[in-house]
Amino acid sequence: MENLNNQQIIEALQKTFGDESIYGIGESHGILQVTTHVDLIVPILHFLYADPVLKFQFLTDLAGIHFPEAKGQELGVVYHLHSLENNVRLWIKAYSPIEAPNFPTITGLYASANWMEREAFDFYGIIFEGHPNLIRILNVDDMDYHPMRKEYPLEDATRHDKIDEMFGR
Amino acid sequence: MSEIALVNSPNVGLDKTKKGGPYVNDLSTLNLGPTHPATHGIFQNILTMDGETIVDAEQTVGYIHRAFEKIAERRPFYQITTLTDRMNYCSSPINNMGWHLTVEKLLGIEVPKRAQYIRVIMMELARLADHIVCNSILAVDTGALTGFLYVYQWREHIYEIYEELCGARLTTNMGRFGGMERDLSKVAIEKIHVLLQGLPKGLKEFEGMVMRNRIFMDRTQNVGAISAERALNYGFTGPNLRAAGVDYDVRSLNPYSSYEDFEFDVPVGTKGDTYDRFLVREEEMWQSLRIIQQAMDNLPEGPYHADAPHYYLPPKQEVYKNMEALIYHFKIVMGEIDAPVGEVYQSVEGGNGELGFYLVSDGGRTPYRLKFRRPGFIYYQAFPEMIKGSSLSDAIVTMSSMNVIAGELDT
Amino acid sequence: MVESPPGIEGQGFFATSLDSLVGLARANSLWPLPFATSCCGIEFMSTMASHYDIGRFGAERLSFSARQADVLMVMGTIAKKMAPVVKQVYLQMAEPRWVLSVGACACSGGIFDTYSVLQGIDRIIPVDVYVPGCPPRPEQILDGFMQIQELAKKESTRRRNMPEYKALLASYGIE
Repeated sequence: MENLNNQQIIEALQKTFGDESIYGIGESHGILQVTTHVDLIVPILHFLYADPVLKFQFLTDLAGIHFPEAKGQELGVVYHLHSLENNVRLWIKAYSPIEAPNFPTITGLYASANWMEREAFDFYGIIFEGHPNLIRILNVDDMDYHPMRKEYPLEDATRHDKIDEMFGR
Repeated sequence: MSEIALVNSPNVGLDKTKKGGPYVNDLSTLNLGPTHPATHGIFQNILTMDGETIVDAEQTVGYIHRAFEKIAERRPFYQITTLTDRMNYCSSPINNMGWHLTVEKLLGIEVPKRAQYIRVIMMELARLADHIVCNSILAVDTGALTGFLYVYQWREHIYEIYEELCGARLTTNMGRFGGMERDLSKVAIEKIHVLLQGLPKGLKEFEGMVMRNRIFMDRTQNVGAISAERALNYGFTGPNLRAAGVDYDVRSLNPYSSYEDFEFDVPVGTKGDTYDRFLVREEEMWQSLRIIQQAMDNLPEGPYHADAPHYYLPPKQEVYKNMEALIYHFKIVMGEIDAPVGEVYQSVEGGNGELGFYLVSDGGRTPYRLKFRRPGFIYYQAFPEMIKGSSLSDAIVTMSSMNVIAGELDT
Repeated sequence: MVESPPGIEGQGFFATSLDSLVGLARANSLWPLPFATSCCGIEFMSTMASHYDIGRFGAERLSFSARQADVLMVMGTIAKKMAPVVKQVYLQMAEPRWVLSVGACACSGGIFDTYSVLQGIDRIIPVDVYVPGCPPRPEQILDGFMQIQELAKKESTRRRNMPEYKALLASYGIE
């Protein structure tokens, strides 16, 4: 398989989805990163899966992220894709506002996304529409906030024996 | 007489005319609860069983969730190494080195060859330690306790080598940004040579007891099988994926830390069942020994750390005499060194698969976002599919062969 | 070999108090319940293996059934999700029972001062011996176990009826 370079991936994506849907193009230590709209995630991932040249058929990771300063685009999801046959990695990013953090689910395409999306929901409150079982996975079930968001502290607010001034917080 | 007894009994209303008896097709629930002797780590599986056959499993994880990713947003980079120790605690040097490689990629530090070779030796020793635990505990779960006791002595020997290099047995915190904290001492080299002579004999003894053992083969063949397509779809990596037939090894596909200098084979199975996973891990141990032998034979001379005064602590004698060294020492220890803005993803081949670190830095002294791509978390989702239709003892053996480690799963 | 308690010895007989004899028997046949959650559990596996053998101290038979166990060895981080399970296992244990808290995480939460980790199991169950370390070496775990043996030897056989013990359990909300 001849080496697939990042320029070919960008061209293939822009040809199929249009230039204005594929933006924020950058390269980070060799890995291409591309930002897109929330509604285009599922078509793009299907296209990358089925394309006979690109063959991005392995979902390495799905990371949630919170940027409180980016108004209207606070919560984001980064999809890490890997084409095993071409040995090329790709990051697809999408952002949504914090009042309506709705993303489509990709469990139909990748079975590994099931728990990864539950983890992103548990930590950030990102709602994946169409997910078969979107409940908390790592935290206790009756927790009422999403702990990885930047406004919440690390420590348990109810502990009474550790004096914050002495611990330098 | 029997009619009167039946009226007051709770079994009134049972359909006695049903073919097979009144209890056929009633599914029962069995709680393979968080504390269980045979589950390694704390996971809960609520099994729905039809008699002896498992029909479905509902999993609960998170019983040891320690919020690593949130802690990592608070700690300077070198303090996160101690967190990575506790992820896959059977092979902590691999986690440490993976984190060091990630930060070195972000900071742009070039690690000298000798340090890379020492890192390779330590990572392969950690892989040996992890596979020794997994395979011997798999044998214990089928009833063979002797293999565990025999081969565990070599694991103690590996711990002694760790102690020579970093002082600790399990939570090693090994290496620093830019290389290693100390060179391989004469005692460490001696111990590695002893290991290279003795562990092959120990492994052969263990294999002689277990690998072609009739009982072990009957318990593990065709148990918990998964096909290569389903495994790739579920995000499997590591020995579990290689047992299913896909030869994806991060060390050969995206080599890091001079792995391209070494010659080693990547063992691949055929059926993806428990026996194949056992054999793949066993063969990987032999390949690890081969890599360590090559590394020891070709160990280059040179410095064991990079010349990066902003990130690597200066030697203590310099700190007491030299002003610059004092300032660097102060800044590094207090965590005042700023990192460049950027995002980086680095993966290493852990004992269980592709262990990845996704680091987003916004220029501060702590990461903005650090995501650990833990292989255990991702492939454990496939467990219900792998045990459907098998018996409870097969489910235990399947879980044991998958090597799910709770610390890694729940970060 | 264990030391014999003080008593009167003669040709073919040995007389001592019943308490010390029962204490001797109890101390040298403790059945532990290894509640291993994380890294300290791997050090416990080393303690159980042939190099640092815990079987020499009488703890050869690990009991995973709480009813048959004497010592609850909690090894590893206890998250808040797991805390009810620890309490339930402790309640299921029959008297006499001792608790050995192994590792910094079980003693006080360890390095994880977070929202999801219980800061020490002594918030929910009474602990007899604490073994600090992260993880403690097998020799330290054995030392902690030997201190439990001292407790088992010296404590009164009717500890469960003593008012201090009852007050201690009541402070945890245990009957």
